[in-house]
Amino acid sequence: MSATAEILDSVQSGYKWGFETDIEMDLAPKGLNEDIIRLISSRKDEPAWMLEYRLKAFTAWKQMAEPEWARVTHPPIDYQDLHYYAAPKKKAGPKSLDEVDPELLKMYEKLGIPLKERAILAGVEPDPNERPQIAVDAVFDSVSVATTFRETLSKVGVIFCPISEAVRDHPDLVKQYLGSVVPVADNYFSALNAAVFTDGSFVYIPKGVRCPMELSTYFRINARNTGQFERTLIIAEAGAHVSYLEGCTAPQRDENQLHAAVVELIAMDDATIKYSTVQNWYPGDADGKGGIYNFVTKRGACRGERSKISWTQVETGSAITWKYPSCVLIGEDSVGEFYSVAVTTNHQQADTGTKMIHIGKGSRSTIVSKGISAGRSNNTYRGLVRILPSAAGARNHTQCDSLLIGDECGAHTVPYIESRNPSAKVEHEATTSKIAEDQLFYCRQRGLSEEDAVNLIVNGFCKEVLKELPMEFAVEAQKLLAVSLEGSVG
Amino acid sequence: MLEIRGLTASIGEKPILKGIDLVVPDGEVHAIMGPNGSGKSTLGYVLSGRDDYTVTGGSVTFNGIDLLDMEPEARAAAGVFLAFQAPIELPGVNNANFLRTALNAIRRAHGESELDAIQFLKLARAETKRLAMPDDMLKRNVNVGFSGGEKKRNEVLQMALLRPKLAILDETDSGLDIDALKIVADGVNALRSPTFSALVVTHHQRLLDHLVPNRVHVLAHGRIIRSGGPELAKELEKSGYADVLAAAA
Repeated sequence: MSATAEILDSVQSGYKWGFETDIEMDLAPKGLNEDIIRLISSRKDEPAWMLEYRLKAFTAWKQMAEPEWARVTHPPIDYQDLHYYAAPKKKAGPKSLDEVDPELLKMYEKLGIPLKERAILAGVEPDPNERPQIAVDAVFDSVSVATTFRETLSKVGVIFCPISEAVRDHPDLVKQYLGSVVPVADNYFSALNAAVFTDGSFVYIPKGVRCPMELSTYFRINARNTGQFERTLIIAEAGAHVSYLEGCTAPQRDENQLHAAVVELIAMDDATIKYSTVQNWYPGDADGKGGIYNFVTKRGACRGERSKISWTQVETGSAITWKYPSCVLIGEDSVGEFYSVAVTTNHQQADTGTKMIHIGKGSRSTIVSKGISAGRSNNTYRGLVRILPSAAGARNHTQCDSLLIGDECGAHTVPYIESRNPSAKVEHEATTSKIAEDQLFYCRQRGLSEEDAVNLIVNGFCKEVLKELPMEFAVEAQKLLAVSLEGSVG
Repeated sequence: MLEIRGLTASIGEKPILKGIDLVVPDGEVHAIMGPNGSGKSTLGYVLSGRDDYTVTGGSVTFNGIDLLDMEPEARAAAGVFLAFQAPIELPGVNNANFLRTALNAIRRAHGESELDAIQFLKLARAETKRLAMPDDMLKRNVNVGFSGGEKKRNEVLQMALLRPKLAILDETDSGLDIDALKIVADGVNALRSPTFSALVVTHHQRLLDHLVPNRVHVLAHGRIIRSGGPELAKELEKSGYADVLAAAA
């Protein structure tokens, strides 16, 4: 595609990340069977136990059925019509940056993902005014193509690497924790993921270590008819602290593509994991053609006392989002948080929310969900707060706000509350509002264009969530909200 | 100069303005008085371009350009400012950010450079100080949790920063104590210049003690039924609208 055509295309669609990278691929044949699973496992040089794990998961998956309870509709997915492994040719797996295909480096540059570590010269202090450094793991289709700052991190004992590498290099950790938060047969998509997962990030923060920089993974789906099955595992030992970000984009395609991820977080005593997502998969065109099916299981276990897991998500992309980042609050006085902005426009469907399972005494959780619907989209908050008998003095506060733009969209709030301890306190607040004509007029009377007015009002509506994001991401997220809602009023 | 000729407007099927003729020369302040439901607020909304009203006839030009043909934001850029009778709340939107976005939109429309956050805050703090408003007004969300008086003062602050050429104040004085009233009047007086004019909708003579108008007009049933000098407001304050209405009938 010529540069001009590319620009024209992105302007017309409003999705600026929809370009395709032309690169020679190692592509598994279409279809899902034991041979394909063996092929994935052998491409990744996996030990036998990993292959067994996958095959067991595949057996479980074959006996399961797709969940039907979510408020989303789509034509049946033909799981035999997908590629389950796609990797840029040449040497697979991570390597030093010098060896990464220049086409790939160009693509990440275009996406604004920093894959270059700035060299810090001996004796020269880093400029405190410079942007903070972020370590990046870049996952392209089924493989990680680069992971930066690994040396800096390993000096303090932090492991940050592609999960396929962790399977080989840190088998004890992976064996101990993989599937310990999201069991293989937890649900249809988690079983599928366990059978065919390809890459994702592995993070291990040792006892008492505060990770010296933000860690992030950038997921890109490029290949046609290919599913991406991301697997991420983050372990924070006692007193450890880590902030992790993920971002995602995909080319614009007419067909739907499947992204079925599993993310597991484990926090021990006094550990904190902050997990932020800016999800910007291709949402399909204005008529609802194409786009990513984002069927994701994310769960964190607060195993230790006073441990804390905080999920923050800004969801603007995907044709369908099915995602409930959850916290299992096992440790006494552990804390779970969920901050979410979900935007749907055109024909997008989002059924998203969280689960807070209170087991430990005095565990606390906070849920703040902001749903914004425009066009003909449907946006559902679905959340479960479960207080078990052991969770004396547990507390939850839930706040769900929906903002409607136009009158052809829908917002739905489906809270489930189960409290089995009388000393627990659960609060739920929900509001639905429309961007009022008088708010728009007020802004326009002061000189703002209609779109700037919508942006301002939407950003105000989401403020409680956006302030939870790391600074640089918050700015990106604001821009993304603006782009997503372009042309939705009028 | 604002020139309104034979202006008629309705909400839905209901005619509200039934033929307004009004000229406000540059540098002048005109007061609009009249009983409730006479169309005073509608006039402000129609001049600033609110969608809910349909202009069914007449013309409005401002410094020679046809206002009725323009979007609300273009009218704002041309210098039209409406101080709302009931200012709107914008939850989560920081007042300083709102004001800076508005000011920069107008500066852009004039081909001027935008102000960065620091330049803007310097300017805004000077204005809040001049208007004897607390600094925290800038930090709070637009009109959220503001008292009635604070909301009105915030309108005056916006006006001071945006420096309009035509300010329409829709009962900005109602519900204000005497000190706040003075702030509103001072706000307008400070802008007075040969290139500034104002339409001040009010029920009360007391605002006009501080903000002496060049002309006073009585609006009733969608028409201006009487115009006069500042003494007309004093007469209305004493004897009410009954005599004026009867004389016009």
